[in-house]
Amino acid sequence: MPAGRALSRPTRRSRDRRRWVTIALFLLPALVLYGLLVIAPVVQAIYYSGFDWNGLGSLDDFVGLENFRRAFSDDVFVGALKHNGFFIGLSLLLQLPFALAMALLLQARLRGRALLRILYFAPFVLSEVVTAVIWTLMLQPDGLVDQSLDRAGLDPLIHQWLAEPGIVLWSLFVVISWKYFGFHMILYLAGLQQIPRELEEAAMIDGATRLQVLRYVTLPLLGPTIRISAFLSVIGALQLFDLIWVMTGGGPVNSSNTMATYLIDWSFKRFQFGYASAVAVIMLVISLLFALFWQRFVLRRDIDGALTTMGR
Amino acid sequence: MFRSVGWMVGVLAVTALVAAGCGGDDDDSDGSASKSGGPVTIEWWHIQNNDPMKTIWADAAKQYEADHPNVKIKITVLENEAFKTKLTTNMQSGNVPDMFQSWGGGTLKEQADAGLIKDVSEDTSSWIGDLNDAAVGLYQIDGKQYGVPFNLGMVGIWYNKALFKKAGIDAPPETWDEFLDDVNKLKAAGITPLAVGEKDKWPGMFWWANLSMRIAGKDAMAQAGEDGSFDSEGFVKAGAELKRLIDMEPFQDGHLAAPWDGAGGEAATMGNGRAAMDLMGQWAPSTFAANAKDKKGPDVGWFPFPVVDGGAGSADEQFGGGDGFAFGKDAPPETVDFAKFLVSPEIANKAGASGSTLPVYKGTENSVEDPNMKAVLDARSDAAFVQLYLDQAYAPAVGQAINDAVQGLFAGKSSPEDVAKNIADAAKAG
Repeated sequence: MPAGRALSRPTRRSRDRRRWVTIALFLLPALVLYGLLVIAPVVQAIYYSGFDWNGLGSLDDFVGLENFRRAFSDDVFVGALKHNGFFIGLSLLLQLPFALAMALLLQARLRGRALLRILYFAPFVLSEVVTAVIWTLMLQPDGLVDQSLDRAGLDPLIHQWLAEPGIVLWSLFVVISWKYFGFHMILYLAGLQQIPRELEEAAMIDGATRLQVLRYVTLPLLGPTIRISAFLSVIGALQLFDLIWVMTGGGPVNSSNTMATYLIDWSFKRFQFGYASAVAVIMLVISLLFALFWQRFVLRRDIDGALTTMGR
Repeated sequence: MFRSVGWMVGVLAVTALVAAGCGGDDDDSDGSASKSGGPVTIEWWHIQNNDPMKTIWADAAKQYEADHPNVKIKITVLENEAFKTKLTTNMQSGNVPDMFQSWGGGTLKEQADAGLIKDVSEDTSSWIGDLNDAAVGLYQIDGKQYGVPFNLGMVGIWYNKALFKKAGIDAPPETWDEFLDDVNKLKAAGITPLAVGEKDKWPGMFWWANLSMRIAGKDAMAQAGEDGSFDSEGFVKAGAELKRLIDMEPFQDGHLAAPWDGAGGEAATMGNGRAAMDLMGQWAPSTFAANAKDKKGPDVGWFPFPVVDGGAGSADEQFGGGDGFAFGKDAPPETVDFAKFLVSPEIANKAGASGSTLPVYKGTENSVEDPNMKAVLDARSDAAFVQLYLDQAYAPAVGQAINDAVQGLFAGKSSPEDVAKNIADAAKAG
């Protein structure tokens, strides 16, 4: 026995080594790309964020953390943060429940449900810019929305949808929901299909009402899908850019800025790349902290044995 | 968990947007350091993305290539905003096009300070005197020539003749009080007096800037450019007069969300005859037409910004700016020669006759036939002083601060005092 063990040890070690070489070779292309396109720019942004820099010339005015202090004392940036929070909150409270309701409806055996599924999913396929242009046309004064309301006798409801600071966020939220609810609906439909019918039938036979089946069987089993969909929704709301940039440019009077539109405004319009980099770093930290938190605590059971435990 | 990893990459990628432009320094090797006579490529970026200028310039480049077989001209045509973004990213990587659109002023100065553009004082000294002095001056920094102008226009008020007639206005107003009277007359006739595109912010800035010129005067504006004293009395008064106008509610519905150009914009409002007046530069009539349903637009006339009683400014001081070319630091010598060809009477006369450019080569003004353009040109030739657009004249951060502050006034969120103070704060910080 001891002799045998002594013999097998070097072979196992060399097999291990070969395995690691293989793993490294497979990882290399991805790591190089990730390093060049993701890590390096992030490091650069962190570096720039310490300088007062107009994007041209040399980095010679080091200001330490001043750019960060400036961001958090700027009402416009704090406002942009709040707007991101607004979109996160409403997405979780309104958009996702709506998508779930639609998924539950379309799971039932309806005539033409395939067509409805496609129709609801279609907006997700459009690019954000195309969506933004279409909706800008519809929401302009006396555009399709106003005319429809007028014909329906609802003209007191007509507003300057994109021009009133108090309304613009809601208008944008409707457009964002229109574009994205179909995606979440498809996620939920996929999740629902994985729930065995027997469980729901068993509950019914035991005398559960439809609502009870939904509450105690369907929803808990749909949990992993809901948690992932909420995760994607929050990350998406933190990054909101294209649609808002095209529709309002963050206005009027900064009432629809998000972190990303604020960032672009200060980099490519005001040429304060040092400060804009600091904003980018703040955005990165918020997104990263949220992603880590969600994976560690909320998604823990769903992804057990995957990323967070390193396969062990 | 591949999906969430993918999304995190997305987050990082958005973050990296700024930095990505800053990486890499693939120097443009072709074209630089060429011997004369050897093959040369000139990389030229311009923003004349609409005809007639787009074609006139493409033909000019072909003609130049035919006359100089060793020169190849690589043209990149970009839309205004796209151009600014692309140029910035390229500049950060040190990869500057050989010749590109420039408005002069504060941005040109930042580029020159960073050593990214070429001092062309010597290359142009033999012929720059043939061009309009005010236009040439916009491209001078500390006595050195950093660019060549091809166009110089003025901002003034465009008015729809038919709507003026309908409201019973016989002659364009000359003073601010007459102007406000006309606004009231138009309102009384059920006509929207003014169009503005406050989504883009700079159209509103034009109002504040013109009033500042008329009330605070050009000296106060130059002074403020030096020491940031945008909070002095004249500027506050200018803001108060603008507020007086805004409080009359003369602008079209939804103007806070309207862009200048494009769907539901200021130009579409004017082009479709839904507002009577518009404060804009010489490019306005062609944009009205492009945004009009009939592709022609209304019959418009032009008058210079009215004079304010008791103000420091006079009627012959104009607000405007032009277009020109700046040159990348490594541009081959042929580039400046090509620019000379582009501003020469041969091309300038065509540009002037097309009605979309007010050429600056002395004598080519006569090529302009369009009566509206002629009106602008007359004001230009009588002008004792031309104030460059504020978002170009000052550093970009100050220019944007002015745009923002004035938007606050339009939205009823800030007072004239706030506006003056916000601009002064930004100017003093910058």
